[in-house]
Amino acid sequence: MKKANFVEIEGRSAGYLALLGFLGIFILAALGSTLYMEHNGHHVTGMTNQIVWGMPHVFAVFLIVAASGALNIASISSVFHKTAYKPLARLSGLLALALLVGGLMVLVLDLGRPDRLIIAMTKYNFRSIFAWNMILYNGFFLIVGIYIWTMMQRNLNKYTKYAGFAAFIWRLTLTTGTGSIFGFLVAREAYDSAIMAPMFIVMSFSFGLAIFLLVLMAAYNWTGRPLGDVIFTTLKNLLGVFVAGALYFVIVQHLTNIYAAGHIGVEEFILLNGGIYTKLFWIGQVLLGSLIPLALLYHPTWGKSRRLAGVAAALIIMGGMAQMYVIIIGGQAYPLELFPGMQVQSSFFDGMVNHYAPSLPEIMLGLGGMATAMITVALAIKVLRFLPESLADEVVDPHHH
Amino acid sequence: MSNTESSKNTELTRRKFLGTAAASAGLAIAPGVLLFRVAQAKPAAQAVTSKVRWGMLIDSTKCSTGCNDCVTACKTEHHLEGHNRPETDVQWIRKLKVTDKQTGHVMSLPMMCQHCENPPCVDVCPTGASFKRADGIVLVDRHICIGCRYCMMACPYKARSFEHEEVDDQAVSAPRGKGTVEACTMCVYRVDRDKQPACVEACSEAEHGAMLFGDLNDPESEISKRLAEYGGKQIRADLGLNTGVRYQGI
Amino acid sequence: MSVGLHKKKLKLLLAGLILTLPLSLFAEGNLPIVPKAKAKATAEYGCVNPVADMRKNHMEYLLHQRDQTMHKGIRTKKYSLAKCIECHVTPDKNGKYAEYGDDDFFCSSCHNYAAVSIDCFQCHNDKPQSAYSSLSSNKQSLPEGHEKFASNDTLPSGDAE
Ligand code: HEC
Ligand code: HEC
Ligand code: HEC
Repeated sequence: MKKANFVEIEGRSAGYLALLGFLGIFILAALGSTLYMEHNGHHVTGMTNQIVWGMPHVFAVFLIVAASGALNIASISSVFHKTAYKPLARLSGLLALALLVGGLMVLVLDLGRPDRLIIAMTKYNFRSIFAWNMILYNGFFLIVGIYIWTMMQRNLNKYTKYAGFAAFIWRLTLTTGTGSIFGFLVAREAYDSAIMAPMFIVMSFSFGLAIFLLVLMAAYNWTGRPLGDVIFTTLKNLLGVFVAGALYFVIVQHLTNIYAAGHIGVEEFILLNGGIYTKLFWIGQVLLGSLIPLALLYHPTWGKSRRLAGVAAALIIMGGMAQMYVIIIGGQAYPLELFPGMQVQSSFFDGMVNHYAPSLPEIMLGLGGMATAMITVALAIKVLRFLPESLADEVVDPHHH
Repeated sequence: MSNTESSKNTELTRRKFLGTAAASAGLAIAPGVLLFRVAQAKPAAQAVTSKVRWGMLIDSTKCSTGCNDCVTACKTEHHLEGHNRPETDVQWIRKLKVTDKQTGHVMSLPMMCQHCENPPCVDVCPTGASFKRADGIVLVDRHICIGCRYCMMACPYKARSFEHEEVDDQAVSAPRGKGTVEACTMCVYRVDRDKQPACVEACSEAEHGAMLFGDLNDPESEISKRLAEYGGKQIRADLGLNTGVRYQGI
Repeated sequence: MSVGLHKKKLKLLLAGLILTLPLSLFAEGNLPIVPKAKAKATAEYGCVNPVADMRKNHMEYLLHQRDQTMHKGIRTKKYSLAKCIECHVTPDKNGKYAEYGDDDFFCSSCHNYAAVSIDCFQCHNDKPQSAYSSLSSNKQSLPEGHEKFASNDTLPSGDAE
């Protein structure tokens, strides 16, 4: 096996500049949307006093969850000593940081008072899982940053495995924390479940790897660097396992909610008669986001096509967004039960399914977060040595001759 | 300066007038007003203590479906003018109509911040802006609220509202502004000055008598006596929040 | 309080000004024109503390009072923001009140000049309660409590109760 040779991308082609410009437009649109939302107040968004978290949170939570999953490849190489993944570890760490930046940006810019960010950074209520999450996010930047540094600096390589281990533990904690943001909301039937945290971890594996795979394909295709079948097939198969795992957890989540927790009302809503949420669940999350990708990844002939694997990864990302939408918005659309079994009416939409229509600025803000993550990667691989010059089979596979 | 002079004079006379008016009003509604506090009024410089726990008792049998007096009083008191956008306009108190699907029996009751002993909003708030005063009143310190709305996700009662728009002409005693979360404050600035919350006052002034305010920690207070004798239920008691607002007839 | 545009324009102008100004902002001759606390103040009453002290330390007093009132229910009048406004914000001869952000509004007179930005008046009313008590035609009705608050204890005796 040859040693992977990490080289910056040239980053001067028209394509590269066009990519930056394209992403830049989304980022500008996101900033414009923020100004618009903050200036007018949130009433110009689709969010209301009933649906208090909207599209920005769908994007933000998705990106944050995916961030921790994107670190998977690095963890597999450093913690589980799979050498085949080693050349990918730097990119994996970078993508993790970039996705977290994008997610946090969306979260912060949606605050009612983003100008008070400094308060969020300096005043902590240690009973709040949200405050813990801020600490976890900051720690993630630090630890993954150090991890990448030990990989890049030759004389620090000997510390890589420790840093990698720390990053691995940290990121499991981080996703547990993100899942618990919902799991702790005992008053809302849709979220009141201990399975939320582990489910988020498995989801993170699948979303993170799907994004990783797409970024890897794009980077190697567009720079004309070789990407061998060995590494590609390994990643593709792993992605299939994660998608199946996430689907399994979704099934368990709904079954326990029906049988164990007795939250039959909200389950009926999501699974049967919730209109858009039911459609997004069955068509978006289950069919397009899980079953079709599984077929594309494992089918004897389709499974050989890189293009179809790319399609599968894209579908998994869309399915993930649909899942977030169902969890976050659907969970709020279902009315709070103040008097179980009774019919409740008021001037404040009690007892009714709450209405939500995402607004353009919210969506642009979310897309801007994604664009920020991508532009971070695009710029970083230009200035630092994140990408191996080649991922051809002889570089990756120890047994290849 | 004559302007100043005259305004001072009117002020003096008005003050004198108010003094007498207040005294006679005090007599008239004394039973209602003094009910809730036996001990001496808290001096302004003294911090609130946990010796007191403010609470409310709502008798839903005396609360009629069509009546909105408490809600109107709250809106007037805190200048909660809406923008005719019901989904984003704030509501600190609202009337619920609860129908038993089986029997058709209808209950009416006001719903607002329940001032829990273990408030979920306080637990989840990242900055500590949601907090509970020593005397049990749950508030948002809007000086450090960042507008994340996690408390609204956590509240089982939908008691909190986000200020979706710029606010003008706030009540001097109830500052409110865009981008922060707000809710019933139990009229804390009135309570600190030995008065009842506006909704309770309106309810008793209209002689509905469906709302009672007082110190849950003082066994001699009217509210404690009534609770001891007739009991008072919590809404969503299953959550174990030990609410400061209790209901009869539900 | 429609601070918006007006404030921004002012800020731009003032930013330019500030660049040319050393920090000796309040050195003789450089003072902004601060509206006088005319109506309520007399030689006898003055500000709640010596004026020099107020110029320098008002923010600390206010921020401290804010936390005391908010969290402990301490409602002394001396450093109450509502009270500052009661004294310091008075109508012009047409009965109109300057708004936060205007150069002739008490707090912004200096702040505009020094390019300090505060968010207090996004929430706190920048008019005194008396603006509502005296105008019976005003759309704001005046619930009890406020009346008492505004009239009974307008003049701080210079110290806490
Ligand atoms: C009793 C009325 C009164 C109250 C209440 C009051 N002030 Fe004053 N303040 C005055 C007077 C009188 C002056 C002297 C200058 C003038 O005439 O305007 C003054 C001066 C000041 C000055 C210096 C202005 C300058 O000309 O440089 C500041 C700053 C100030 N006050 C802040 C405050 C703050 C902050 C509060 C609330 C905590 C407050 N004041 C409450 C009456 C009052
Ligand atoms: C987001 C809304 C908001 C903003 C912005 C805000 N406040 Fe407040 N403030 C409140 C609320 C609500 C209260 C509580 C009123 C009560 O309980 O009587 C309060 C109370 C106070 C009090 C005690 C009551 C009084 O009138 O003395 C002070 C002092 C105070 N604020 C100062 C400030 C200062 C100084 C600023 C700017 C740096 C500020 N506030 C900005 C909402 C706000
Ligand atoms: C005499 C001029 C003057 C007047 C009048 C004045 N201020 Fe200030 N204020 C200042 C200056 C100068 C600063 C900045 C001090 C610094 O940065 O150290 C300041 C700072 C502040 C701050 C802290 C801002 C921050 O972000 O640190 C607050 C709050 C504040 N003022 C409130 C008020 C209020 C409320 C009023 C009206 C009642 C007022 N001020 C009137 C001069 C003034």
